[in-house]
Amino acid sequence: MIKHETIEKNIGLMILLIILVISGGGLAEIVPLFFTNATTKPIEGLRTYTPLELEGRDIFIREGCTVCHSQQIRPFRAETERYGHYSTANEGVWEHPFLWGSKRTGPDLARVGGRYSDDWHRAHLYNPRDVVPESKMPSYPWLFENKLSGEDTAAKMRVLAKLGVPYTEEEASKAREQVEGKAEIDAVIAYLQALGKLHSQYTNKR
Amino acid sequence: MSPFWNAWVWTITLVVILGCTLLLLATRRSEPHKEATEETLGHTFDGIEEYDNPLPSWWFQMFVGTVIFAVAYLGLYGLANVKGFYGWSSVGQYEEEMAHAEEVYKPVFAKYASLSIEDLQGKPDGLKIGQRMFANNCAVCHGGTGAGAHGFPNLTDNDWLYGGAPATIQQTITEGRQGAMPAWGPVLGEEGVRDVTSYILSLSGAEHDADMAARGQQQFQALCTACHGADGKGTQALGAPNLTDNTWLYGGSFEQISHTIRTGRNGVMPAHKALLSDDKIKLIAAYVYSLSNK
Repeated sequence: MIKHETIEKNIGLMILLIILVISGGGLAEIVPLFFTNATTKPIEGLRTYTPLELEGRDIFIREGCTVCHSQQIRPFRAETERYGHYSTANEGVWEHPFLWGSKRTGPDLARVGGRYSDDWHRAHLYNPRDVVPESKMPSYPWLFENKLSGEDTAAKMRVLAKLGVPYTEEEASKAREQVEGKAEIDAVIAYLQALGKLHSQYTNKR
Repeated sequence: MSPFWNAWVWTITLVVILGCTLLLLATRRSEPHKEATEETLGHTFDGIEEYDNPLPSWWFQMFVGTVIFAVAYLGLYGLANVKGFYGWSSVGQYEEEMAHAEEVYKPVFAKYASLSIEDLQGKPDGLKIGQRMFANNCAVCHGGTGAGAHGFPNLTDNDWLYGGAPATIQQTITEGRQGAMPAWGPVLGEEGVRDVTSYILSLSGAEHDADMAARGQQQFQALCTACHGADGKGTQALGAPNLTDNTWLYGGSFEQISHTIRTGRNGVMPAHKALLSDDKIKLIAAYVYSLSNK
């Protein structure tokens, strides 16, 4: 039997044993999720983001929206009353990277699609206080000036296809023309309106 | 979870608990001293030595306590596919919570379900519920008091785009509305836009250029009357606003009106039938109705 003293004096051995003990948790809690239907099989009828929505999603990430807005409705009545059906793992199978978030300074956005009109989103992103006087969200006026080049859209879709998102080569090759010249605000709003609308398995009625 | 992964999770969990326990017991057994001792482990670092004392008993007992806690927790709450003694699951807890809420709140809404929106005007509590739901669902666009904002209609002034009858308000909330004012800039040209703007200003008695308004009137009669009516008083069935009053959704200045004509307007009221139950929509409609029918 290895003596306590031996482990204490051989730091390499100690590191190895620590990794062995800690990995017990990961092996039991994380590894099975890579092979379970509930987390790997997309919910029925799930569609992919359009090229414009995909660009909007990247702008959403770039502007740090996830710092204040989660996209994960927890299974509590207080949340589902406000936001709709609780989020499930099979809705996010094609999200790379996922944007579930862990911090809510603003509201959850997992099912914000269709809640407000495009005009409202425009006014709100230009200056949130124009429509919500008590809001402390920053303004994003540059989204109205910046135009998308669409240069990288196809490449992004090809990478996502490698990660298992069912984009076809045909879709990727047509992506640029759908995106080029559009204002960033149009992409962001397209993305926001798609949130929670990528499938219709859940009812959000309450 | 498949039987394989179920077994995987259980095996690792039990092996880890058991392994920790055995390690603890083995370490305890191999201690050379069972009581506090003056003997040291024999090493010194900068003159500091270490007594070869046994594990403190409070520490040992706490460790045993965590093992017992882990086993009890597994038994009560279960793991992977195996339900524990409590039969608990997060979805189960959620459904229980929802069933409880249904029991508590259903009678509250049932009390108002059979009443018409007109009858609800005499029910302050019902209107208060409507007001709360308005604050949660509608105030973001229409404002906390329902007074609206630029591009979002004022609901307190008894001036209605689509009509203010109770059933119409209910319909607007349930199905939503889609404004459809086309962009006339390309058709009218810049001069035409300014002429029609002048004419529209004249309809509500605002200051305007009479020559331009006279030219604009002809254009208006040709292009705008289908929706706004020959007299410019609008058509609620189409959501075409009355242009002869002083209520302007997108502003009533020369520049604002000409911008509206040039680029069109497509205001959208989102449909709420997929978000709110019919009973809730009715209470919100009753509250909205009350705002302009005191």
